[in-house]
Amino acid sequence: MSLVIVDTGCANLASVQYAFERLGVSPIITEDAEVIHAAERVVFPGVGSAPFAMRSINAKGLKPVLQSLKQPVIGICLGMQLLYETLEEGGETVDGLALVPGAIRKLPTKDLPTPHIGWNTLKPIKKDPLLAGISNGDYAYFVHSYAADVTETTLAEAEYGSPFTAITRNNNVWGCQFHPERSSKTGAQILKNFLDVTL
Amino acid sequence: MLTRRIIPCLDVRDGRVVKGVQFRNHEDVGDIIDLALRYRDEGADELVFYDITASVDDRTVSPEWVGKVSRALDIPFCVAGGIKTVEAAGARLAAGADKISVNSPALMRPDLINELSGAYGVQCIVVGIDTFADGETYRVKSHTGDPDKTRETGRLTLDWVQDAVKRGAGEIVLNCMNRDGVRKGYDLEQLKAVRAVCNVPLIASGGAGATEHFEDVFKEANVDGALAASVFHKSVIAIPDLKADLRRAGIEVRL
Repeated sequence: MSLVIVDTGCANLASVQYAFERLGVSPIITEDAEVIHAAERVVFPGVGSAPFAMRSINAKGLKPVLQSLKQPVIGICLGMQLLYETLEEGGETVDGLALVPGAIRKLPTKDLPTPHIGWNTLKPIKKDPLLAGISNGDYAYFVHSYAADVTETTLAEAEYGSPFTAITRNNNVWGCQFHPERSSKTGAQILKNFLDVTL
Repeated sequence: MLTRRIIPCLDVRDGRVVKGVQFRNHEDVGDIIDLALRYRDEGADELVFYDITASVDDRTVSPEWVGKVSRALDIPFCVAGGIKTVEAAGARLAAGADKISVNSPALMRPDLINELSGAYGVQCIVVGIDTFADGETYRVKSHTGDPDKTRETGRLTLDWVQDAVKRGAGEIVLNCMNRDGVRKGYDLEQLKAVRAVCNVPLIASGGAGATEHFEDVFKEANVDGALAASVFHKSVIAIPDLKADLRRAGIEVRL
């Protein structure tokens, strides 16, 4: 299967690449619009700041191709946040790819330490092929300060101070706020499900 | 529910995992990948690799083993040791490290923390602090990898924690030097004092010797994670037993 990891200009693309390699797929890391367009699966990775990532995507001229993909797409962590309409970070609000309705905001954690770092439980609220084999209470590894509210596109939620979207889906586009590549067997199951989905 | 993290720390010297007592007399405890996978299988929540010679010898970590660890592991790991620049940090993140940790270089040049968090986001920037309890005064030391080169920094621990967080530290690892390797328990008083001023995740380090020590540090100091080395390397405590005991004690852990 041809799987592309979009080179968004952020660090840490390797760990996502290795996670798919452990599942027997050899990802191509690229910023070439034609290669991205032709892939059977597309992954938006992400570590870093949203304004930096969106500026990088715009500077590379990738926004049109990323907004026109018809194959299964998954965004991971910051890559998930980029799917939304607007992203707030560090007092700045930037336009995202608008593939999923809604906004990314600072997670209201009350008096809990932020960022939200560590293994938290998933609570699936809808049936979806991406959640095959995933149960209520399975653990996933989160590292983030910003998140999407629970909305009609939410497949699974998690809670830290308040509930937020852990997994989202809109048509052919999925997103995980946690890092499946670092979420042990649960994460590997989700990535395998992504490889297996049919539209 | 967010769980408390159990974090084995692997001190790395010349590509091997080593452990000393109060930072002295290092002995070889095994191969990096072998130990990393063993801890993953036992239920470690995260691993930290400290290249303990790096700051002392004024060199940077070879990213080669970082890539090997990332290829093999499906849990998060943090890399520390000799990271002095945004580029050096970026190389390790690009090789697959989830977080990078800075200690002595941040004390020498605190702006490094601002630069790192600006480039990669606070969520992957850890500041490690080696702190020495001088009565009830907590002082920061640097270059602790070699006892002959260890320096007084003139900084108070509580001040440095707050300064580091303000500059963009996303997590603090507090290593209480008086307790390191002696297995008498974490420094609860000091950790409580730091917890009170630290609004990012706080990881306790130094002193774990028994299951009760982990229970105490989570319940009394309310830390987010507990780091330990010798008790895990020498199989004094088995992680599955530790986590089962912690859950029985009412502490949320990943089983």
